[in-house]
Amino acid sequence: MAKAELKQDATEARIAALDMPKGGKWIAATRAEALARLRAMGLPARRDEYWRYTRPDTLTQADAPAAALFDAKEAPVFGSVDRLRIVFVDGVFDAAASDDLTMSGVEIERLQTASGADIHWAKDLYGVLEARGQKPVDRPLAALNSAFATDGVLIRVTGQAAKPVSLIYTHASETSDAILHHVVKLEKGAELTLLENGPAAARFNKVLEVDVADGARFHHIRAQGRDHERRAATHVFARLGTESQFKSFTLTVNGVLTRNEAVIELTGDDAVAHIAGAAMGDGAFHHDDTVFITHDAVNCESRQVFKKVLRNGAVGVFQGKILVKEGAQKTDGYQISQSLLLDGDSQFLAKPELEIYADDVACSHGSTSGAIDMDALYYLRSRGVPKKEATDLLVLSFLAEAVDEIEDEGLREEIVSRLTGWLARRGN
Amino acid sequence: MLEIKNLHVKLEAEDKAILKGVDLTIEPGKVHAIMGPNGSGKSTLSYVLSGRDGYEVTEGEATLDGVDILEMEPEERAAAGLFLAFQYPVEIPGVGNMTFLRTAVNAQRKARGQDEMSAAEFLKVIREKAKTLQIDADMLKRPVNVGFSGGEKKRNEILQMAMLEPKMCILDETDSGLDVDAMKLVSDGVNALRDAGRSFLVITHYQRLLDHIKPDVVHIMADGRIIKTGGPDLALEVEKNGYADLLAEAGAA
Repeated sequence: MAKAELKQDATEARIAALDMPKGGKWIAATRAEALARLRAMGLPARRDEYWRYTRPDTLTQADAPAAALFDAKEAPVFGSVDRLRIVFVDGVFDAAASDDLTMSGVEIERLQTASGADIHWAKDLYGVLEARGQKPVDRPLAALNSAFATDGVLIRVTGQAAKPVSLIYTHASETSDAILHHVVKLEKGAELTLLENGPAAARFNKVLEVDVADGARFHHIRAQGRDHERRAATHVFARLGTESQFKSFTLTVNGVLTRNEAVIELTGDDAVAHIAGAAMGDGAFHHDDTVFITHDAVNCESRQVFKKVLRNGAVGVFQGKILVKEGAQKTDGYQISQSLLLDGDSQFLAKPELEIYADDVACSHGSTSGAIDMDALYYLRSRGVPKKEATDLLVLSFLAEAVDEIEDEGLREEIVSRLTGWLARRGN
Repeated sequence: MLEIKNLHVKLEAEDKAILKGVDLTIEPGKVHAIMGPNGSGKSTLSYVLSGRDGYEVTEGEATLDGVDILEMEPEERAAAGLFLAFQYPVEIPGVGNMTFLRTAVNAQRKARGQDEMSAAEFLKVIREKAKTLQIDADMLKRPVNVGFSGGEKKRNEILQMAMLEPKMCILDETDSGLDVDAMKLVSDGVNALRDAGRSFLVITHYQRLLDHIKPDVVHIMADGRIIKTGGPDLALEVEKNGYADLLAEAGAA
C-alpha cells in the first residue's frame, strides 16, 4: 500500500503544480476525463515495468529541471523547405514568428482558440485517441497532457496540403515546462506532411493525435532539438483507416532525456504504418523509443526501424511491440532495433515483443548491438579513406535504413546534413 | 619500387610467427607472382604490407620507393600508391559503391595535395572504366559488394584499382571464386593497367591466372619464406609437379 500511496502523492503534487486551462464545453469535459484517467493510473514510477529502462522522475516531478540554452552555430533544420511555419517559444505560440495559418487543403487552428468554442470537430479525437492508447499499457504522461495542455494546433486536412506544416519549438527560458497537444485529422484521400523541430523547452510534454481516414496519407518528420540538457516525453497516437498510410521519422541528437512513445492502430484493411528513428548520443544522453503497433485489420503492413549511435556513456532504449489481433490475417510486421556502440561505456537496452492471435501472418523482429565493423573500416582505410572519415561513413551507413524511411528526397537531405554535422563536430 | 628485407611477422594475439624472413624486390613495371601452399604466409604478407591490424613486425623492413611503409596508417600507404585487391572483398551495407569510390579517390587526392575530382569528371571516368570491366550502372549504385557474386566482387576490386591508379598493386588470390570468363575479364582489366611505372605482386595458388597475367618473376613461398625464385617456367613446374619436390629441396637445403 505504501508504494501506491507514494505514487498517488507524487501524482497529486504534480497536478497541484498545474492549472487546467479554461475552455468551452467540448474540451472541459475531455480534460476532466483525462484528469480522472491520470489519477486512476498515477504518474509513472521507477518500479513500473514499462519504465524499467528509463527513470521517469525528472519527467514527473513538479518543477522542470533547468536546461541551459544551446547556441547552435548552424541554421535550424528544414531551412531549405517551403513550408507553413508555426512557432512556439517555450510552448507559447508566437504569432509574429509564425506564418499566416491559412493554406489550401488544410484548416489550422490553435488549440487555445478552438477551446473557447462549445463544439468542435476535434472533440472526437482530442484525448480520444490518447484514451484508446491507454490499453493495455498505461501512458500517464499522455493523460496528463490531455488534461493540462496549454496550447497546440488542430489541423484538419481535406485534400492535398499545399506544403508541409512545420511546427518549430524554440527554447528560450532555462526553466520552461511546456505541454502541447496537437490533433491532426486527415479526411478521406487527404495528404499532409508535418515537420517538427526544436528543443521546445527545458522540459517538454507533447502529444500528437493523428486520425488517418481511408486512403489518406500522413508523413511526419521530426528533428528533436540539440540542447544538451533538455528533457522530453512525447507521444504520438495514430489510427489508420483502409488503404491509408502513416510514415513517421524522428532524428534525435543530444538531449539528456527523451522518451518517444508511438501508439499506432491499424483499423482498416491494407493500411501501412512505418515508424523510424535515428538517434545519436554522446555522453549524458538517454533516449527511449517505446512503440506499440496494433494490427486489427486484414493485409496491413507495419515497419519499425530504430537505430542508435552511442558513445561516452550514452544510453539507448527500445521497447517495441507488434500486436496482431485475431482476424488480422495477412499482416506483414517488421521490427528492427539496432545500436552502434562507439565505445565500451555506452549501453543499449532492447525489449522487442510480438503478440500474435492470427494464424496467417508474417512478422519478424531483430535487435542487435555492436561496434564499428573492423573489417569494413580496414577496407575503407586501405582505399585511402582516413580513419575518422571512414568511421563517419560507417556510422551513416548504419543509420541509412532508418533515414531511408523518409520518402521525400529534400527532407531526407535535410536530415542527413544534420547527421553529418553531428559527426563533423564529434572528435575522434 | 617495393623492397622487402628480412621481414618477420607474428600474430599480435598469439605467439605465432607467420613470416620468417621474407626478402623480395620488385622493380618498376614488373609483375611478380607468389605461389605457395596453404598457410605459407602469402595472404599475411599482403595484409602486413597494406596495414591490417593484428600483426606485429618483429624484424625487417618494407619500403615503397625508399620510404618505410610499415609505420604508416593504411590510408597513408594507399595515398603513397599501394593497393591491395582483397581475396575476400568486404561488404559495406548502406554505403553506395559510387560514393565509396568517390570518397576514396578524393581522399587520396587530398592526401597528395591535389584538388578533388568534380562529380561530373568522376562520373565520366568511372563510367568509362566500369564499362570495360562490364560493371553496369546498377552495380555502381548498389551498396559496396553487397549481394555481389564472387566475380562481381573481384571485378569491383579491379575497378577500384583502375580508379585509384596505384603504383604498387597487390592482388591476393584474385582468381579465387572466378569462372573462366570472369578470370579473363579480370585479367584483361589488370593487363590494361600494366605500364612502366606500375608494379604488380600477384598472389595465387594456381598457375592458370598466370596464363592471363604474365609474370616476369615467380616466387615460391613456404613456411613464411621465399624458397625459390625463377621465371614464368617455375609456375608451370609447380602446376605439373606440385609443391612437394620444391619443399623437399628447400628442406634439404
